[in-house]
Amino acid sequence: MTRSVVSLIIAISLCTISLLPAVAAESCDDPLGCIEVVPDDPIVVGAMLVMSGAINYLGEDTLGGVELALLERDYTLLEREIELVVEDSLCTAEGGQTAAQRLAADPSIVGAIGTNCSSAAQGAIPIISDAGMVMIAPSNTSPSLTNDDIASGGSHLPGYFRTSQNGLIEGTRLAEFALLALDANSLATVHDGDPYTEGLSRAVADTFAELGGDVLFEGAVNKGDTDMASILTEIAVHQPDVIYVPLFEPESNFFAAQMQHIVGLEDTIIIGGAASFSSSFPDNTGEAAVGIYVSGPLVSGEAYDELLVQWHEEYGVEPPSGYHAHAYDATNLLLNALEAVGVAADDGSLLFGRQAIRDAIAATEDYPGLTGSLTCREDSPFAGDCSPGTALAVFVITEAEVYDDHWPPPVAWNFAIDSFK
Amino acid sequence: MSIFKWKTDEFSWVDFTIDVLRVLIVLGVVVGAWNTLSSGRISFAQWVNLFAAGLSQGSIYALIALGYTLVYGILLMINFAHGEVFMAGAFSTVFLAEALNRTGFLNEQPLLAILLMILFAGLVSMTVAILLERVAYRPLRGSPRLVPLITAIGASFFLQYTFRGLYGSGFKAYPQVKILQGVISIGDINIPIVQIFVFCSALILMLGLYWLVERTRIGKAMRAVSENKEVARLMGIDIDWVIMFTFGVGGFLAGSAGVINGMFRPQGVNFFMGFIPGIKAFTAAVLGGIGNIPGAMLGGLFLGVIEAIGPNLVLAGLGIPGANQLKDVIAFTMLVLVLIFRPQGILGERLSEQKA
Repeated sequence: MTRSVVSLIIAISLCTISLLPAVAAESCDDPLGCIEVVPDDPIVVGAMLVMSGAINYLGEDTLGGVELALLERDYTLLEREIELVVEDSLCTAEGGQTAAQRLAADPSIVGAIGTNCSSAAQGAIPIISDAGMVMIAPSNTSPSLTNDDIASGGSHLPGYFRTSQNGLIEGTRLAEFALLALDANSLATVHDGDPYTEGLSRAVADTFAELGGDVLFEGAVNKGDTDMASILTEIAVHQPDVIYVPLFEPESNFFAAQMQHIVGLEDTIIIGGAASFSSSFPDNTGEAAVGIYVSGPLVSGEAYDELLVQWHEEYGVEPPSGYHAHAYDATNLLLNALEAVGVAADDGSLLFGRQAIRDAIAATEDYPGLTGSLTCREDSPFAGDCSPGTALAVFVITEAEVYDDHWPPPVAWNFAIDSFK
Repeated sequence: MSIFKWKTDEFSWVDFTIDVLRVLIVLGVVVGAWNTLSSGRISFAQWVNLFAAGLSQGSIYALIALGYTLVYGILLMINFAHGEVFMAGAFSTVFLAEALNRTGFLNEQPLLAILLMILFAGLVSMTVAILLERVAYRPLRGSPRLVPLITAIGASFFLQYTFRGLYGSGFKAYPQVKILQGVISIGDINIPIVQIFVFCSALILMLGLYWLVERTRIGKAMRAVSENKEVARLMGIDIDWVIMFTFGVGGFLAGSAGVINGMFRPQGVNFFMGFIPGIKAFTAAVLGGIGNIPGAMLGGLFLGVIEAIGPNLVLAGLGIPGANQLKDVIAFTMLVLVLIFRPQGILGERLSEQKA
């Protein structure tokens, strides 16, 4: 009898304990549910960045931006400590998928910064969206990521935002630059099948043709290719004025280095993409890199200068790439949204409605970020785009070996200032 | 003997299909090449450029292929970790090359510096190859042939991730040697000096190996072990030492190929860089006749040239889009064709069951 009573008491206690979160969650009426941060627990922010591989400098660069944004708030939000969890999303769809699965499996994560690469974003978006989470990408540019129309190759789903410029805008501007600033009449494009490189190549070619230029060749290389002689010879048959090559390293190194030996391409100009916007590009390419134009982010202003001072104090080196300001802005968008929607429950827990976080980010309008005035759009093909697209420039490489204080190279065209008229 | 077996022997659908395939392939190659050449799209100078680049790439394949063929000749096993032996030398030496470049020695004494790098890379790869033989393969000698084959694949992954752990997952690049930059011009034709260097260096190493195998006592011992291990043992040859030496020689050639490759294509040095060249070199070894040293040399050069000119000459002429992306397809199609039509390779001999 006594044993039965004890068992009953234990069973009732266990049921009561298991129901406690449900009782607390009762005050949450968000359609996607709430993230509950119990007293004394930190607010956990996720990051899916490329921390290994050929372009890990991009991950380090953007991680620095995230950390500085958190540091500015003393890693504190709504009187809670903020904890940062970083997952390596690599620069592949599989990497993005794995990183997203790890973050989605942790119910305490309030949102994520990332991914760096568009290919990784394609793997991550469905998982993050299904989990009711948000991700704000600091360096994705593929047009497909903000396109709602699945039938036309779009992959946007609710919960995805970015502070980097859409490739459609970048492509349009680069085509204008080639045609109007470089006086090029003909163009060839080369991508590697990655959504980032393919999207940009498509956008540049389309605009170049619309503006009256001749697109003579649109081709691709395989990731991992080291021999570019075959495609370069094919391009030389067409003799374009400009080749647009938004490839990642090391393919971009091989392409530029081998082009110097191809008969027929002696006077052809190369424009590279932001995937090669790193001091490692000229270092690894050598003399052949001199004279190549590379598009990349260009941020300026007092607030950015202050961030750079903070960067030097914190890390003691130059930022390895140009997307740290975008990551800083992305982190602030997330933290602002959390601040706006966070509700304190009776037991001292903090509740964040998942849909409320999405709505708060989507409602961002004229936010004065480092990369410009950010307004998040909902209209496809710009759904989730928050960048004004002004922090963009074309640089020209002038040195084969680049030292930290010589990077970035001189600006050839600043889209925020220079005009084609 | 007739070309078409089914005409002389009893009719066989298999033989008939293979013959049809043979005719279609020849027809495809002829039509593609004719279309390309008759269109005149690619100039003679550009063809020479492609050929020279292919010959250089082929020289590197040949050096790696020699490692496969030496080991196969003596143990009848495919050392699938040999691509990683190549990577070990190339990846380790990139740090030495950077140091030599920083001190200025690389451009002050370029030939000495390159020789130093080749020796260093050769020694690193030789050490890795010998350790591989001693630790992973020797204990399995006498096991069914599938066992060392699977072990080799495992060793390949082990080496990749060991070097990733040692040097990181990022890409490195060899510094460019000024003396190797520039071109030699003959009319419209420009041959990059570095490609001449690659071909000549590989040729010297290959001739050195041929001399070692044909003209020295240890070479004679290697040939004896290759013919019949038991008889060689009875003749007083230390089989274990000869096998280890063979692995070492193959490793040294692979390491040297790593540095020569670094002069030719300086970028993209990382822990995974040995995988594709390893498979291509294996293809080259099979193409030339695995176990046959001149065959591996010839197979490497042949594969390099076919890969370089095949996409533009044949595939583009057949109107296949993205021909340059099918370079690897050409290489592996060659392997399949050789296995179908001449399993012993270009210079290989049919092995008796006793030896095989």
